[in-house]
Amino acid sequence: MDFRDTIESKYRDIMNNYLNDQNEQSLYQAQKLSRKLIEHHIVPEEIISLHKTIMLENELTRKSFSDSFDILLEVMIGYGLSYREHQSLRTEQLALKSEIEVAASMQQTLLGTTVPKIDGLDIGAISVPARQMNGDYHHFIKDENQCLGIAIADVIGKGIPAALSMSMIKYAMDSLPENRHNPSAILESLNRVVEQNVDPSMFITMCYGVYNPWNHKFLYASAGHEPGFFYSSENQTFQDLDGKGLLLGIDKKTKYKEYELNVLQGDMIILLSDGVTECRTKEGFIERENLIGYIEKNIHLHPQEIVANIYKDLERLQEFELRDDFTLIILKRTE
Amino acid sequence: MNISISLTEIGSELHAKLTGEIDAYTAPQVKESLHPYAEKAGVKMIVDLTDVSYMDSTGLGVFVGLFKKLKSENGNLILTGLSDRLKRLFEITGLADVMNVNTEVEGGV
Repeated sequence: MDFRDTIESKYRDIMNNYLNDQNEQSLYQAQKLSRKLIEHHIVPEEIISLHKTIMLENELTRKSFSDSFDILLEVMIGYGLSYREHQSLRTEQLALKSEIEVAASMQQTLLGTTVPKIDGLDIGAISVPARQMNGDYHHFIKDENQCLGIAIADVIGKGIPAALSMSMIKYAMDSLPENRHNPSAILESLNRVVEQNVDPSMFITMCYGVYNPWNHKFLYASAGHEPGFFYSSENQTFQDLDGKGLLLGIDKKTKYKEYELNVLQGDMIILLSDGVTECRTKEGFIERENLIGYIEKNIHLHPQEIVANIYKDLERLQEFELRDDFTLIILKRTE
Repeated sequence: MNISISLTEIGSELHAKLTGEIDAYTAPQVKESLHPYAEKAGVKMIVDLTDVSYMDSTGLGVFVGLFKKLKSENGNLILTGLSDRLKRLFEITGLADVMNVNTEVEGGV
């Protein structure tokens, strides 16, 4: 006998017992049955339909009609409780939703970064979350020597723990002045912190670089981050910003290699998160070469305009539905 | 946004075949199916990703979690059948150097 047959037979028994002899025992059994029905996802309509069928099999008197409803009521009380619980859960859900909104706006305030002014360098930056909390993080830091530290990170993992990881990055950068010129040291130290403090399936990809406007060198290291691009204005070519390194938070002994670039006048450094290269269009993924095409289209504009235009184009391509958080940063040496 | 998971247990080996996409929506399902096996001691987990058309960083997170758990229980994680795109993801993140990731599917038992 499958569960539905059991239900039918049980309900019939309870009804017939109660119609014969209106005792408490039958009412109690109806209550018990109600809990089982809800557990097995039997909808109320089915019970009412069954009730009707059983009544039509019996002699319909005013008394039997009224008595039968005592049983149906007992069963329906269970469904009523379920309904009220559902309403209460919905209210909770709405409350949580506004908490997240508050957290997202706190995130923006506490972790916000301003684009600094560096002589001889134009900077453009855009970061757009796919949902309320931004899993991408970027931070600019300018020191007394006019050197620019720039970090771009993607925190894998959601919500509040992810946002807290970003605070770790920001404070590591802000509070390790002696390391700011040493991208390897910054990543190694962050890696140790993330590995200790973060849940095993959470990890962070990050690229950290420092631009020195005196010798025009860009020194950087990467921890599993989507490679950026370097544009050489002399050759009018783009190359990948190679950088191998393990994600932050996997192995506390990881060492990070440093790479150095000479930045000539007109050259550009392009950093991005994988939300840019993971753009999915009707034709499939946007390939890195296509992205280069978009940059080239806008190459003579100020970096802020370039990033804004690329975002608009890619947003349209994805039909205004961002799959992943989108961050794009462009540095252009102007003199 | 769909995934299908088929599991075969052979002694202390778990063979898993995943079909579809591993993203923020389907990754929890993959984790729920595979994680219980990673908690046993000395399990060799072989995951065939030949028919996985897409995986994002949430998917990666599931494998990182599995890898760490298996390692701590003296087990082993082997990923096979990765497409070029997936292989690239593991290479960029440096995971290809620490995890056993190959593009050949292991021969049948």
